[in-house]
Amino acid sequence: MVIKKPVVISTSKKKSETSDFVFSKEQVRFTGNQTIDAYREKAWKIYQETGIPNSREEAWRRTDIRGLRLGQFKLLNENQKASINDIPENLLEPVADGDHGGQIILYGNEYIHRLDEDLQKNGVIFCDLLTAEREHPELLAKAIGTIVKPEEGKFSALTGTFAQNGVFLYVPRNVVIETPLHSLIWGAVIDVAQISHIVVYLEAGASATYVLEFASETEEKGQSLITNNIEIYIGPQSNFRFVELQSLGRHVWNFTHERVQVDRDGQLDWIFGAIGGHLTKNFAELDLIANGAVGKMSGFYFTDKNQHLDYDSQQNHLAANTTSDLLFKGALVDESRSVWQGMIYVAPGADKTDGYQANRNLLLSKQARADSIPGLEILANDVRCTHGATVGKIDADQIFYLMSRGIARSDAEKLIVEGFFDPIMQRIPFEGVKHRFQKAIADKMGSYLG
Amino acid sequence: MSELVIKNLHVNINGKEILKGLNFTLPKGEVHAIMGPNGTGKSTLAYTLMGHPAYEVTEGEVFFNGVNVLELEPNERSILGIFLAFQYPVAIPGVTVANFIRSAVNSRRRAVNSDDKGVPLLEFRKEVKQKMELLKMDPSFAGRYLNDGFSGGEKKRAEILQMAMLKPEIAILDETDSGLDIDALKIVADGVNTLRGPDLGVVIITHYQRILNYIKPDYVHVMMDGKIVESGNSDLALHLEEHGYDWIREKVNGY
Repeated sequence: MVIKKPVVISTSKKKSETSDFVFSKEQVRFTGNQTIDAYREKAWKIYQETGIPNSREEAWRRTDIRGLRLGQFKLLNENQKASINDIPENLLEPVADGDHGGQIILYGNEYIHRLDEDLQKNGVIFCDLLTAEREHPELLAKAIGTIVKPEEGKFSALTGTFAQNGVFLYVPRNVVIETPLHSLIWGAVIDVAQISHIVVYLEAGASATYVLEFASETEEKGQSLITNNIEIYIGPQSNFRFVELQSLGRHVWNFTHERVQVDRDGQLDWIFGAIGGHLTKNFAELDLIANGAVGKMSGFYFTDKNQHLDYDSQQNHLAANTTSDLLFKGALVDESRSVWQGMIYVAPGADKTDGYQANRNLLLSKQARADSIPGLEILANDVRCTHGATVGKIDADQIFYLMSRGIARSDAEKLIVEGFFDPIMQRIPFEGVKHRFQKAIADKMGSYLG
Repeated sequence: MSELVIKNLHVNINGKEILKGLNFTLPKGEVHAIMGPNGTGKSTLAYTLMGHPAYEVTEGEVFFNGVNVLELEPNERSILGIFLAFQYPVAIPGVTVANFIRSAVNSRRRAVNSDDKGVPLLEFRKEVKQKMELLKMDPSFAGRYLNDGFSGGEKKRAEILQMAMLKPEIAILDETDSGLDIDALKIVADGVNTLRGPDLGVVIITHYQRILNYIKPDYVHVMMDGKIVESGNSDLALHLEEHGYDWIREKVNGY
């Protein structure tokens, strides 16, 4: 006999003051452009209707955000002045060999931008979001809210509604940008929600490289909230190289929805590096929407102490002859935790698809934990999809072998960790970015080894 | 005087005694072979000398140039001048041969002078190139991940390359001939013969006499059941090749 447990549904929801955000409609910035305003209106509606994510939802099962004190966050306001002098020098240095083609620095309520004159003449737009709303609303409206939808979750709706700033990059048809563009979104103020919306649009035959960086100091006490929507459209036969680096302070709760749409014969090379933050939840999606689209995703993360990092990646093959290749590698020390949940989806009719995903984790302490969950959902017949997921430790025989050549134990561990990340480094096209990553590894290893 | 002295060495692995009172001395610059059937503790001796943590020394002593090496970590033993060419070298994915050897060379330099800035890159490259030519290795080898996907012969050559670069005072070659075809064996033996001399003593651990045709030992020892039971000149190896180990087993057991 089967005894069914009674299902108890509690209806008495105690609403404490921290159970939801306290933003209001007066804080929504309407621009006068119908499309943009309609998007914000819709985002506001969905934002109101959507509850705070909880662990009963699959995507949030391994990431608990109950500790986030939602009710205390205010939007960044006029009074929160920041100084460019607070930004560490190394974050402003060129990330590639040679100079930037353009650079945007967003800090507090202020920003600096610079774009090469030649690029301006060719019609390239690279500016902060507020400037784009004022000066290029029609172009911005082509993409904003069409790739990352407000329906995707509470945070995508929140960001769509209240984004205070962000970056807009537009590359006209057949314009090839040789030098990389760089933007830095700096700072994380206690009790402040810093909400950014990044929109990139490449017309057919365009080519660009863009390095987007989020960074801040660490505050000893309190919380900061950073949310981002990043939406990117890569037109037919366009080529986009996109590097994201995250080195936020240890007090930051960071939520990002990002999606890149690659059109016919377009190419994407997407690189992630994350070392900062207290808690990160990131939804990164690749949509291959037309024949011949190719997307490569490479991720690097290194967590320590009580950091928690959760990546959801999705490779959506929505057309035939599309190729995706994902490799994420992470190292963990102390009691830190990572989650990677990946999915390759192949739509009906998306034949001759080639999809690959792999996640490798290296645990450097007994208390660290990595969850690695690959997934395939294939609705077409003629496809090739492979995946792999591993969580491992440093092999004692590797340490002994290196030590037998005179290398001290701590140096041996460093070598093995550097070696572990080398396949990711090989995927990074710029020495400057490689050096940032290598320095991040060295810093983390340094603090772990004492 | 540079020499290795092992007295009454007893070693356990997982609680089981493998070495049972081994005595052995390697004077400076000499080449000694240690032979014996499988499972007599030859590789245990090699790993114990290098300080593998799984091998527990329960009794006895090992001195190298008067220093008690049993007190030292494997890296300290290496810097002191002991080298082990592994029977099964470990793969370190993502770390190139060149990068690894440079780390090892720099560790030695820093042990002498903690302010050392490391070996200049050009000087290092030149020396690696020269040593690789000696071992008939393709220059691209330096850029490959250490032992990752190497053939048996490549692994053994990589071991000898490390030995050439690190310039130890004694080298223990643990079954270096296993898995090598005759051409690869000749290359490896040529490498060792080029390096041997008054500054390098060599212990060749093997259960086949074959390698001793190419690297002539000064003395040959036979190991059985965790001890050295017979010693002689290089003729002993030939005798073993012809007659096997049974006559020694009988002699040891006294019948």
